[in-house]
Amino acid sequence: MKPSDFPPPFDARDYVAAPSDPEDERIEVGVLIVGAGPAGLACAIRLGQLLEDAPELRERLGEVPVAVIDKGKQPGSHLLSGAVVNPRALRRLFKGRKRIDEMPFYGPVHRESVYFLTQGSAFPIPTPPTMKNEGNFVASLSQLGRWLAEQAEEAGAMILPETAAEKLLVADGRVRGIRTGDKGRGRDGQPLGNFEPGADVVGRVTVLAEGTQGHLTGAALERFGLGGDSPQVWALGVKEVWKVARPLDRVIHTMGWPLRPEAKYREFGGSFIYPMGDDMVTLGMVVGLDYRDVELSVHDVLQELKTHKLVRRLLEGGERVQWGAKTIPEGGFLALPKRLHAPGLLICGDGAGLVNVPALKGIHYAIESGSLAAEAAFASLQRGQTPGTPGALSGYDEALKESFIWKDLYEVRNMRPAFGRGFFVGGALAGLATATKGRFPPRDLHLERDADAELFRTDRARSYPAPDGKLTFDKLSSVFASGNRTRDDQPNHIVVQREVPKELADLWVRMCPAQVYEAGDGDGNVTVEITPSNCVQCGAITAKGGRLTPPEGGSGPEYTLT
Amino acid sequence: MSTLVFLEHHGNELSKAGLGVLAKAATLGDSNVSTSIIGSGVRSLAAEAGKFGAAKVYVAEDAQLEAPLSQPRVDVLAQLVREKDIDTILFANSVLAADVAAGLAARLDAGVNWDLTDLVEQDGKLVGKRPALQDSVYVDVGWTTEPRIALFRSGSFDPSATGGSAEVEDAPVQLEDFSTAARMVDQAHEESEGPSIEDAQVIVAGGRGLGGPENFTLVEELAKALGGAVGATRAVVDAGWYPYSTQVGQTGKTVAPKLYIACGISGAIQHKVGMQSSGVIIAINKDPNAPIFEFSDLGVVGDVHSVVPKLTELVKQRKSS
Amino acid sequence: MKIAVCVKQVPEGNSRIDPGTKRLDRSGEGALNQFDANAVEEALKLKAATGEGEVVLVSMGPAKAQDALRKALAMGADRAVLVSDEGAAGADLVATSYTLAKALERESADLILFGQQAGDSDGAVLWAAVADRLRLPVVSQAAEVTHADGKVTVKRQTEFGYDVIEAPLPAVVAVSDAINEPRYPSLKGIMGAKSKPQETLSLADLGVEADRAGEQGSRTEVYALNEPPARGDSRKIEDDGNAAQAVLDFLAEKRLL
Repeated sequence: MKPSDFPPPFDARDYVAAPSDPEDERIEVGVLIVGAGPAGLACAIRLGQLLEDAPELRERLGEVPVAVIDKGKQPGSHLLSGAVVNPRALRRLFKGRKRIDEMPFYGPVHRESVYFLTQGSAFPIPTPPTMKNEGNFVASLSQLGRWLAEQAEEAGAMILPETAAEKLLVADGRVRGIRTGDKGRGRDGQPLGNFEPGADVVGRVTVLAEGTQGHLTGAALERFGLGGDSPQVWALGVKEVWKVARPLDRVIHTMGWPLRPEAKYREFGGSFIYPMGDDMVTLGMVVGLDYRDVELSVHDVLQELKTHKLVRRLLEGGERVQWGAKTIPEGGFLALPKRLHAPGLLICGDGAGLVNVPALKGIHYAIESGSLAAEAAFASLQRGQTPGTPGALSGYDEALKESFIWKDLYEVRNMRPAFGRGFFVGGALAGLATATKGRFPPRDLHLERDADAELFRTDRARSYPAPDGKLTFDKLSSVFASGNRTRDDQPNHIVVQREVPKELADLWVRMCPAQVYEAGDGDGNVTVEITPSNCVQCGAITAKGGRLTPPEGGSGPEYTLT
Repeated sequence: MSTLVFLEHHGNELSKAGLGVLAKAATLGDSNVSTSIIGSGVRSLAAEAGKFGAAKVYVAEDAQLEAPLSQPRVDVLAQLVREKDIDTILFANSVLAADVAAGLAARLDAGVNWDLTDLVEQDGKLVGKRPALQDSVYVDVGWTTEPRIALFRSGSFDPSATGGSAEVEDAPVQLEDFSTAARMVDQAHEESEGPSIEDAQVIVAGGRGLGGPENFTLVEELAKALGGAVGATRAVVDAGWYPYSTQVGQTGKTVAPKLYIACGISGAIQHKVGMQSSGVIIAINKDPNAPIFEFSDLGVVGDVHSVVPKLTELVKQRKSS
Repeated sequence: MKIAVCVKQVPEGNSRIDPGTKRLDRSGEGALNQFDANAVEEALKLKAATGEGEVVLVSMGPAKAQDALRKALAMGADRAVLVSDEGAAGADLVATSYTLAKALERESADLILFGQQAGDSDGAVLWAAVADRLRLPVVSQAAEVTHADGKVTVKRQTEFGYDVIEAPLPAVVAVSDAINEPRYPSLKGIMGAKSKPQETLSLADLGVEADRAGEQGSRTEVYALNEPPARGDSRKIEDDGNAAQAVLDFLAEKRLL
């Protein structure tokens, strides 16, 4: 049985509509950017820079030339990553304006180690060439996002947090903008006392920078037929930030335990442990969502990882201060959409799948794609063209293909699919691919949908540590540590079938790091209970047979250090 | 040192919380402790105050003082403090007392520390102890000038029936115009259905371990027997077993009653942060590993369906004897 | 009718006390004190009921308290006044009420509203102190406010039920969180907030003497931060049929019966 046997009652067409507010009530902006992450904010900053020297165009774009909307409470609230950032795109974006030492980094990477773990030991292995981090910087993406938001505001953009983009507005074959989500609905969707309906926000160009599992991105890819031949695949990352007693002197990556190397499990991933200054450390577990064991819980595997002597030592005397989870698109080059533009529309960042899995990098691609999107939008507007004209924004795709993003992603395109064959075979294939700079294998490998993975059950859960509240934690207290205090009586934003075989329900229960799902008991089908207010909007459910849609703006986690 | 304790009354009874503060004042090594009773037709309460340790009672009697409004009381107290050289004024928190204390602080430009759970002499200074940041830290606070005003958490101290008698003195009543501008149109009567969850000194709360909404009667019966309010966890409110107004927790209400009895509640942190400052926490749950046992004072590993009704019976028996 | 609403910015999320200054660490992101949102909502409702008037926000805090004010402006308030001055930092109730009263005098509002409490200091009864300085009637814990003929009628929540109190304007009213459900600012409101008038005043602008503001003007101080007292030994028993009796004995021991 596989999750795709029970598709969610979801239709992307429900999220594409024509503007419905009367014209004079629509909110008009110049360029509308959806998502205050690195891609969206880079786009806003670059536009601000370009508009500095184009006062006439700026006038023409109206009172709000650039608007960035975000569903989180404030910029950074929904941003989560490792992260070790390649500063290349930031240097380019802030050339002549800001130096790297003015950016909120936790210092350059001095040393790095990669370990292959077994339950009792840690074998250092040479750092694979794609993973070398010399010249890169450790950062909290949430903090970086807050800083970028400040820069964007200084560059003239209006940032509108607590605003969910629920529908893509399309008329006459071109994207006009988005419709924001309603606020103040109750459990059953009924309007409450303070109900505030969503609004149509229209702009000359709409840039979707929604990050992983972008809601409108998904709708747009379908609506405009932009999807490539290969499906996208995802990994789930669960991480924690700790205050520590002793500084960590290097960036660490691990492979192997607690993940199982045999091909049948399809447990592709590993962990990262990064120093954040002298008194904090962040660590996380990343596992591909094409795994097959119903009992696999990435959150619990992370807890298990912490019991390894290598990790335990690092955290001794420390205290967990934050927790979070988010999916990462892992399909790379093979899963990229055919095109990343449509009439009046541009798609950037993780939403487009611009992530280099072997290098574990995506932030600098997001930033670069945001800059390129800004330039394409600006060029089109400057030429006096309507960006809604087919082809007006094709400059974006052209620029992407010329950029380092394309070159990097192409080179490593077969790494991830190689690991469908298990760690050792995959490792060998990946090694060959690296050595030949992507020329091997000669025919591109094949990506399979995460939801098509046949499920089975093992006794994996037996080795998950019982939470002790000091080193290891349960899911509910972790949700608390994400800053999540979503109101309980919101409508349910998670679309799944509610009566499913126990095996599938149990898969979801284990998969979800935030304990959103509960499965009843029974032999045949069971009822799936949902607690939507726990949801940290990681997106795992969308990969494994359901669909995450954006809840009320301002809900979800309030990350600050992730 | 010269201390004045503000005593409140309702109907014909002095509030216990204020008498508790009086008992505390007596321990501060000050031989000059007085109290105030302000209202209309309240002279007879002075004798009560005496039985609970008041050596001196200032009685302010006036028709305009009948309604429990704060500003006329500020006028009376301010005058009393100035004329009698009082340097410390103590209050037990209540809706009325809080307004009086703050108004008095402004009138006298006197420092006020509130939400205190204790007051001690340390290094020759008067130091108040108060919890902060949801009781995660305790702060020592003090005053830089006199007079000093302290507002204690209600129920911080127990009254002490010393059985003495008080010297009664009439306090002058000279009210400002603005103090008498507000007028009581309809005064509240005692709540007949039991205390609201915010004010309750006892809360009995139910969680998923109850098994079903029909079992909330167990919780209600125990709450009634103890004179307390009923609380609920997010899980059971979500499931529609009990109304949201009774939800205790991160996304519900934060409460700090003297007694919190958790029935069938696991104790997830989302619930804990809403009740962790309760005075005494008793938990009944059949799962011995439930997190609630880590922060309860008495944990009972057992079935709520048998323990709770038995307890209710025993409480009723004890109360009627 | 001119309504002044006193609002405060408080640190977002989990607060902490700075061990150095022993005061609340306000360096993090700030948000509008959630209880003040109730006061702003009530002001907007009252203004709508009279069909005219102005809702002005009055606040004291560091320069970035502007962000919290913007949220309230987005809800529909007309104007904001922020008293921002180094000398006002570290103010206790005495100093804060003095400064705030001066700012409010300047506005001469018909009605001054406060929210129930500040989420960060848990119980600062500022309204009563401010009302005393302004020599105005004050009613607190308002669960309902109606306005007619130059006075307000307030349903006040007490431990004993509801009082109904009438006060002539100008008056000070502190609203409880039960009074209303604050509105979500509309997107238009959020975008329009930036262009609403926002004034920043120094202590000198208000005529507040340096020794009556901030730490200098305060009459209380913080000595130390301590661990909370330990809960004491916790006992755990298994029910063998006698647990109920054990609980009763425990309650008696703790004098809770």
